[in-house]
Amino acid sequence: MASVDRELKDKIPTFESTGAAEAGVGNWSSAASTLSLIKGGRDAMLIVITAIVIFGGLELTLRLFQVPVYIAPTPSQVITALITDFQYIGPHIGYTLIELLTGFAIGASIGFVLAALITQFPLVEKIVAPYILLLVTTPMLALVPLLILKFGFGFTPRIIAVALASGPMVMINAATGFRRTDLAKIALARSFGASTLQIFLKIRIPMAMPMVIVGLMIGSIFGLLTAVGAEMVGGSFGLGNRLTYYSSLIQMPQFFACILVLAMIGISIYVFFYWLGKKWAGWEA
Amino acid sequence: MRESGQPKLVVANASKSYDTGSGVVHALADFSMDVQPGELACLLGPSGCGKSTLLWAMAGLHGLSSGEVRLDGRPVIEPNPQIAMVFQEANLLPWRNLIKNIELPFEIRHQKPDRARIDALLEEVGLAGFETKMPRELSGGMQQRASIVRALSVDPSLLLMDEPFGALDAFTRDEMNLLIQQIWLETKKTIVFITHNINEAVFLADRIFVMSARPGRLSRVFEIDLPRPRPLDAMTTPHFIELVAEIKGSIDHKSQTQAA
Repeated sequence: MASVDRELKDKIPTFESTGAAEAGVGNWSSAASTLSLIKGGRDAMLIVITAIVIFGGLELTLRLFQVPVYIAPTPSQVITALITDFQYIGPHIGYTLIELLTGFAIGASIGFVLAALITQFPLVEKIVAPYILLLVTTPMLALVPLLILKFGFGFTPRIIAVALASGPMVMINAATGFRRTDLAKIALARSFGASTLQIFLKIRIPMAMPMVIVGLMIGSIFGLLTAVGAEMVGGSFGLGNRLTYYSSLIQMPQFFACILVLAMIGISIYVFFYWLGKKWAGWEA
Repeated sequence: MRESGQPKLVVANASKSYDTGSGVVHALADFSMDVQPGELACLLGPSGCGKSTLLWAMAGLHGLSSGEVRLDGRPVIEPNPQIAMVFQEANLLPWRNLIKNIELPFEIRHQKPDRARIDALLEEVGLAGFETKMPRELSGGMQQRASIVRALSVDPSLLLMDEPFGALDAFTRDEMNLLIQQIWLETKKTIVFITHNINEAVFLADRIFVMSARPGRLSRVFEIDLPRPRPLDAMTTPHFIELVAEIKGSIDHKSQTQAA
């Protein structure tokens, strides 16, 4: 009788799915809809015009009142600084991205696998949950001085900090996804002879995907914050380090150029996961 | 009773209780029935009378507390390639398009999809040309047709249907019942069809097994002798209405004696 699937053995047949049914990339934040709202030439034109008015107005105001550069540079000065000083800023973009991508890849993989494993064992999940919550709510930046003490001023402490910041975020969201159970869909796969592994691969993972992508998005943004923060704490490279460097020299155009780069990295992350969500979890939107 | 050799499906003294934490629920008590090869049997009963529990046991999805289910004389203790199930509300996977949904059983069994068979079935149920549509783009009736194609694509000898049309409107339901009758007449597959709709049961069935409320027991069996193929307006003939009234009476009587 061992062949009777443990997932269905003593379940009352039900056809309602439980768990975070309302969750998904599409309704994660109101900003998510911004991308899908842009349609038609007229909308695009209005958006461009608004941007021109805001940045043009800023430029004009700063020039008109002759605000000194060390207080607030004009948008054109920031762009100019980004272009002329790119040879100095460019490598640091690379360093920050290396920390972010490596740390995130490690943290997200561990978070995903742990979420998948732990949700299969409710008791283990109950035991582990408080510690995961602790990791999510404690700013991992607080550990950076300790990590620097142990690993020096290189990439290592930063990559560890990024992994620690993004991993739990991925895990807690992915776990919400894996907790969603739809007994009817599992029974369907099982009725055609699916093994536990096949049920996991063909039913549970796709069903968790919307929440997994939300976790990846939040996790990577947290990773970026932590990478920049860690760079500010110690070491001599990375965009966070450049921010402290340029502000200490009162080189505000370069300072804002770095902020502009960070904003673009953040937006790229967002757009990437929005696209991924459409591709892999669009069925739920 | 009809004359026959070995029954296709036998349920012998099936009982099942669930331990729900807030007490034991007896879903099924000493239930027995048999279905002949090529028969269309309807299980009729109120909600919560253990119909789905019984069907899941027939499909080998879960075990019984006591008793057993036998298919062609062999006990069913795990999902069997000879058995396919059609679920409530279509139960398509929303992240797969229609053809990927239909190919799921082949994928699970590591087989090449039987394209000729699938195409013929899609044609028959009127879904040809919708292969790349996502489930949410299809109407409820179309989704349920797709799930019927999915079940039939693997050519099972026993088809278990669990209130497949309960969520559909009356017109679509009539249409689907005609389709089931047509498929059944063509393929002569053994079908066990669960419903709580007496009209639907009388329209489809060779025999109706009426179940009592929890714990589910077999209360009566009705043979439906209406000629086939049954057109939709068979439902308005006096004999049909008589049968419906008789079955309804037997269910009402049962609940009254329980209340007394």
